[in-house]
Amino acid sequence: MPADHTEELGPQARATQAVLASVERRPGAAKPDPILIADNVKRQFGGLVAVDVEHVQIQRGSITALIGPNGAGKTTFFNLLTGFDAPNTGAWTFNTRQVAGTAPFKLARMGMVRTFQLTKALSRMTVMDNMLLGAKGQIGERFLSSFIAPLWKGQESTNRARAEALLARFNLAEKAGDFAGSLSGGQRKLLEMARALMSGPELVMLDEPMAGVNPALTQSLLQHIKAIREEGTTVLFVEHDMDMVHDISDWVIVMAQGQIIAEGPPDSVMKDQGVIDAYLGAHHDKQLTSTGEALTESPGGSA
Amino acid sequence: MDWAFVFSQTLTQALGITAIIYCLAAIGLNLQFGYTGLLNFGVVAFVASGAYAIGVIVLTFELSLWLAIPVAMGVAVLLSLLLGIPTLRLRADYLAIVTIAASELLRLTVRTVLPDYLGGTQGLNGKIGQQFHDLNPLPADFESLPVLTWTRQDLWVVIVGWGLIALFSVLMLLLVRSPWGRVVKGIREDEDAVISLGKNTFAYKMQSLVVGGIIMAFGGILWAVAKQSVQPDTFVPDFTFFVYTILLLGGAARILGPIAGTIIFWFLLAGIGEFLGQAIQAGWIDFLKPTDVGAIRFILMGLGLMMLMIFRPQGIFGDKKELALDAR
Repeated sequence: MPADHTEELGPQARATQAVLASVERRPGAAKPDPILIADNVKRQFGGLVAVDVEHVQIQRGSITALIGPNGAGKTTFFNLLTGFDAPNTGAWTFNTRQVAGTAPFKLARMGMVRTFQLTKALSRMTVMDNMLLGAKGQIGERFLSSFIAPLWKGQESTNRARAEALLARFNLAEKAGDFAGSLSGGQRKLLEMARALMSGPELVMLDEPMAGVNPALTQSLLQHIKAIREEGTTVLFVEHDMDMVHDISDWVIVMAQGQIIAEGPPDSVMKDQGVIDAYLGAHHDKQLTSTGEALTESPGGSA
Repeated sequence: MDWAFVFSQTLTQALGITAIIYCLAAIGLNLQFGYTGLLNFGVVAFVASGAYAIGVIVLTFELSLWLAIPVAMGVAVLLSLLLGIPTLRLRADYLAIVTIAASELLRLTVRTVLPDYLGGTQGLNGKIGQQFHDLNPLPADFESLPVLTWTRQDLWVVIVGWGLIALFSVLMLLLVRSPWGRVVKGIREDEDAVISLGKNTFAYKMQSLVVGGIIMAFGGILWAVAKQSVQPDTFVPDFTFFVYTILLLGGAARILGPIAGTIIFWFLLAGIGEFLGQAIQAGWIDFLKPTDVGAIRFILMGLGLMMLMIFRPQGIFGDKKELALDAR
């Protein structure tokens, strides 16, 4: 299976995977061309340390998966990086620019656009309006120029054409005039991703893009994510579905209890004993006695 | 029973000066609440600040009314900034708490502080709108329109008032149909999503609060000019809630919502009052006294509003399908 898997890779994917092949497979490994570098990012909620990331780099042009068991701090880490939450300590750079403490809307303008775990489709607006909201630098969004339509009509129709093209790619073209609230859960995920792409971001951060999406739609979402990367956008995503992670990511970062515990290409990470233990518990393959204690001898081989 | 009298009185009130003041306030609220989703429960504070600014400039400082109008707008801007800067970064409910408190605070302050300037409990009474009424183009021997029984002076205010409503409605239409309007509607739906698309939502919410506040202040300006009197205890929170009623009645986030809401609200309120008054006089109803009418009409009005919320929750102009999306 890995053989036919490589054949469908685009040039960008092949190049990225070749570069990443020589990267060390340990937490905090240095990448040849990082778009994002984070240092000592720590977030505490009372006594609970939700995120404590010592060092991490995200390779430009890659599809990087951020995985880990529930409560590992993945979404909190996303929130911190995108400015939606403030860390107790820590610094990170985006395109070599120091961006810790930057307002989230400014980060989005710099080209770091995120989506949300619980989709935020703007329900009582049309799908097209949702898309148009994603476009950057709109003249008509300034208060005074909004009154004078000729100032922004041209830009608006350019944006509209772009939005139509993106909607067509995401199979939402015929929904353009419908309220976003009338879309199904999966379609909302698609809309949110398409909307994030309207601004032409350099780094897209997708928080569980596949959650609640049916398998047929999952395949098309995967193709979209691969296509985005071929256009030069870096993708960082949080996901629970291991098959999907295995299928599309070039690099996997594993978090558990707020820390990064492993890094590497999907094949090697998924064989890592530490990762398996973090996901399933150290005694997952041992039978339990009636008192709840693990037996010392394991039936073996089931992992 | 004089049905013609009941009808003419009702219609005169439904389109009259008080209705116009409420309508202007509702247009301002429509931008803040209907389009942007800002829960401003201090509508009356913006109206009062406009009215007081006019009263103080014209009566206390004896300056021109034409200077007072921009000052009144400025005071509304100042009030918006004062309320918005600390609260707009927080969750929506904080604005609601702060604005309702501020509106009462403002009323109690102008009532007690600096009585030489603000008139204390008596307020400011005098020829506040003289310069405006001097411009009245209606013939001096003007009696009254048929059916609509405004005086010459009131009719002039009504004409200008409806002119202002038309002007602000057109400006609102341009505003909400532009990309700017798209951003504020997005904020109403989900602020975080709009932030994630690179919009400075704080600035948009502030702009919406300021512009809505200025429109509300025009309600206060008209109030001071038409009634030639500004009294603290007319600016009670009831006013704010009537404005909300009007907006929901007509349909929030609809350009014609505030206008339809105002006319229906005042038509029903005045109609019930006039009808009951006449019916009691004619001896049709003997278990009520004429002094009960004021309270009874609000009871019936409340009943009517409950029916509206049950059978047409989206208001007159609202779209039921759109409302249903909210429940998801």
